[in-house]
Amino acid sequence: MSNAFLQTKNYSMSKVINIKKGLDIKLKGAAEKIISNVKPSSTFAVKPIDFPGVVPKLVARPGDMVKAGTILFFDKGHPEVKFASPVSGEVKAVNRGERRRILEVVVEADGKNEYEDFGAADPGKLDQEQIIRKIQDAGLWPSIRQRPYAVIARSQSEPKAIFISGFNTAPLSPDMDFMVKGNNSAFQTGINALNKLTRGEVHLSLQSDYPADEVFTQASGVTLHYFKGPHPAGNPGVQIHHIDPVNKDEVVWYIQPQEVIMIGRLFEQGVYDAARVIAVTGSEVKKPRYFKVLSGTCIEPYVLDNVNSGALRYISGNVLTGSKINKIGYLGYYDSQVTVLPEGNYYEMFGWIAPGFKKLSVSRSFPSWLTPGREYKVDTNLKGGERPFVVTGEYEKVLPMNIYPMHLLKAILVDDIEKMEQLGIFEVAEEDFALCEFVCPSKIEIQSIIRQGIDLMIKELE
Amino acid sequence: MSSLRRFVDKIKPNFEKGGKFAALQSTFEAFETFLFVPNHVTQKGSHIRDAMDMKRTMIVVVLALVPAILLGMWNTGYQNALAIGLERAVLGNFWFGFLKVFPIIVVSYVVGLGVEFLFAQIRHHEVSEGYLVSGILVPLVVPVDTPLWMVAVATVFAVIIGKEVFGGVGMNILNPALTARAFLFFAYPTFMSGDKVWINGLIKGEGIVDGFSGATALGQAAVNDPQILNTTGDPMTGMDMFLGIIPGSIGETSTLAILIGAAFLIFTGVGSWKIIFSVFAGGTVMGLILNAFGGNALMEIPFWQHLMLGGFAFGAVFMATDPVSAAQTERGRWIYGFLIGILAIIIRVLNPAFPEGVMLAILLMNVFAPLIDHYVIESHIKKRLKRAKISINT
Repeated sequence: MSNAFLQTKNYSMSKVINIKKGLDIKLKGAAEKIISNVKPSSTFAVKPIDFPGVVPKLVARPGDMVKAGTILFFDKGHPEVKFASPVSGEVKAVNRGERRRILEVVVEADGKNEYEDFGAADPGKLDQEQIIRKIQDAGLWPSIRQRPYAVIARSQSEPKAIFISGFNTAPLSPDMDFMVKGNNSAFQTGINALNKLTRGEVHLSLQSDYPADEVFTQASGVTLHYFKGPHPAGNPGVQIHHIDPVNKDEVVWYIQPQEVIMIGRLFEQGVYDAARVIAVTGSEVKKPRYFKVLSGTCIEPYVLDNVNSGALRYISGNVLTGSKINKIGYLGYYDSQVTVLPEGNYYEMFGWIAPGFKKLSVSRSFPSWLTPGREYKVDTNLKGGERPFVVTGEYEKVLPMNIYPMHLLKAILVDDIEKMEQLGIFEVAEEDFALCEFVCPSKIEIQSIIRQGIDLMIKELE
Repeated sequence: MSSLRRFVDKIKPNFEKGGKFAALQSTFEAFETFLFVPNHVTQKGSHIRDAMDMKRTMIVVVLALVPAILLGMWNTGYQNALAIGLERAVLGNFWFGFLKVFPIIVVSYVVGLGVEFLFAQIRHHEVSEGYLVSGILVPLVVPVDTPLWMVAVATVFAVIIGKEVFGGVGMNILNPALTARAFLFFAYPTFMSGDKVWINGLIKGEGIVDGFSGATALGQAAVNDPQILNTTGDPMTGMDMFLGIIPGSIGETSTLAILIGAAFLIFTGVGSWKIIFSVFAGGTVMGLILNAFGGNALMEIPFWQHLMLGGFAFGAVFMATDPVSAAQTERGRWIYGFLIGILAIIIRVLNPAFPEGVMLAILLMNVFAPLIDHYVIESHIKKRLKRAKISINT
């Protein structure tokens, strides 16, 4: 057993996994690799809506003084999953939406940078339960997610493996190597802690085109995998599918590198230090750059005076999967990117028959195929009306998984639980289908359908 | 442009809920979106979308049909000129054919879109673009002398029975244009077969050159003529068939024009090359088998001529590839196309009742496409289960 185990380990270290299906969307406004300094935001927020399935139960009230690491709310269904303030200051507001649903819990920083003390510890000397408890108490548990369902990991069941994607492929996505640079020690400590959470392996996936940062390559206790190919090769879901796919009754966890570093800092320094590097990108950003921020920051200081005029769409995350926020909105929990695009609320005469020289399309009925290297300025226009499924075979070209996307979607639409399970609902997340949604000529909201299917599975099976 | 937009914006409230013409909302929307790509922006999910939409998909197919339309019009005039022993210039032939074909196209679009608009209105849908393609396919698969009222009746039948009863575009089982053709074939067989219908003017018989025959190649072979002749009495060459200077339905005769359309469909990615290829492959295989047996004129038609005769090429490129009625899985498409090719030639050659088999072969496989997909998906599910078992055992 152990021998075979080692062999597979060695094998996968040398093999490059070649992703052939997918699409690299080339947009204008990639961030230059410079960390800019601006006066940081004074308000921060944790947004329950970033976490599918979480029903927040407030702990902190407006007016309460909190430190970085003080719990703001927890998940009613899983009380051990707690959400902490990224900064010290005063809880300023609890903003609610329809039916009093909590949208964001806003904290105003007091500039004192005080931290809750959770006590430094060597993860090597703690047992699994202690490590889980420590991460949960510091409010860092939500950074670990699981497949199936793409939700916050359920700490009750041990995962068969943990996956970390060490590179981004989404449009304009920030350079992972650049963001983690210099965090060698914290990353390693984080890996050590994660290794205690599974008896299986901790897989770290890198792209094979150029050497990754030493934070990744020097890390020990991880199994390295190399990927080559277009987006969504950087998605953990795709990597899991190709390395160690999730079958029924199996669970894997995944986490992003910057969150591994935060877990590392927790064990090294005993604090929840939410510092992360983000990229502000998009065609409407005057100077697309990187910034050092705290998780959940208000994006205003980073886009103020830094964007073009006109109606703009502010996105926390990338253009395919990010969430729509406004100019004074807050960065999503898992996001390391802000994208600003022009809104597309205009009419275009005969747009469907015009040659469309400036338009981005995978279809060769537009001339964009003549200029493969060109970067596009794309707005948020839907570019057509919503229609039933008509064209077939388009989704398959951009989904590098052994899954029949159209049939899975149809199974979800008719609530056929058994078919959904058979067709692979356990392996997927919305983000894996984002490109299908992008190319869909019927303009169907595919990511929403996938989440609807996942929600139904959770309801039926948990 | 902006003045037109202002006008549209001005009259728009009349068609919205509570407006004077609210009952015509779908119709208004159809015209508005025809003129302007709407100003809708993405709300959920991906913030940017590919510029391709359903209208453009459909218009690509229509563009791919243009060579077949033009050559069909010219051939209509040319065949008529041969029949009445008249010399006409190329443009003269084209103009003659245009005057014959254009009314059919107009009737098909007006009637078909009329029914579509009506249904969209009743169901408060947007009008779907599907009929942009069906509306041009119907005229191309009927003989030129089909009375216009028949075209109208067949179109109504096809849109309602072929499409709307299943829930509209995307839900239909049969290809609507072929449904129209099948309806005509079974309801008015005398206008759809024989050797008088394929060339304009033959039915009336006025001024026809003595000894002129309007029989198609397949029609001649079906009655076991030893040699297939063209309309002027000379042997029909492979080049005649390829260029389409032969009698037949309006758009189906010219293999060359159809292949140009196929190249365009495949290049733009709108048509599935797998289906097109496998239909031709199936036809070739079946043709070779029948050639090996021989025995009568139909069985001895060389396999490569089979691919150029009748509606074979047209069906393979423009009918079998309809994504809604075809198989939807990649592997299923190979099987689906191949079986169409095989069945088309079998029906054509071995069934004396039907001198042409492509239409029936495609309709039949339309019905079986979901079954093919079902088995492809089942085998996929089995493989996934196997993967799960392997992972548990190790």
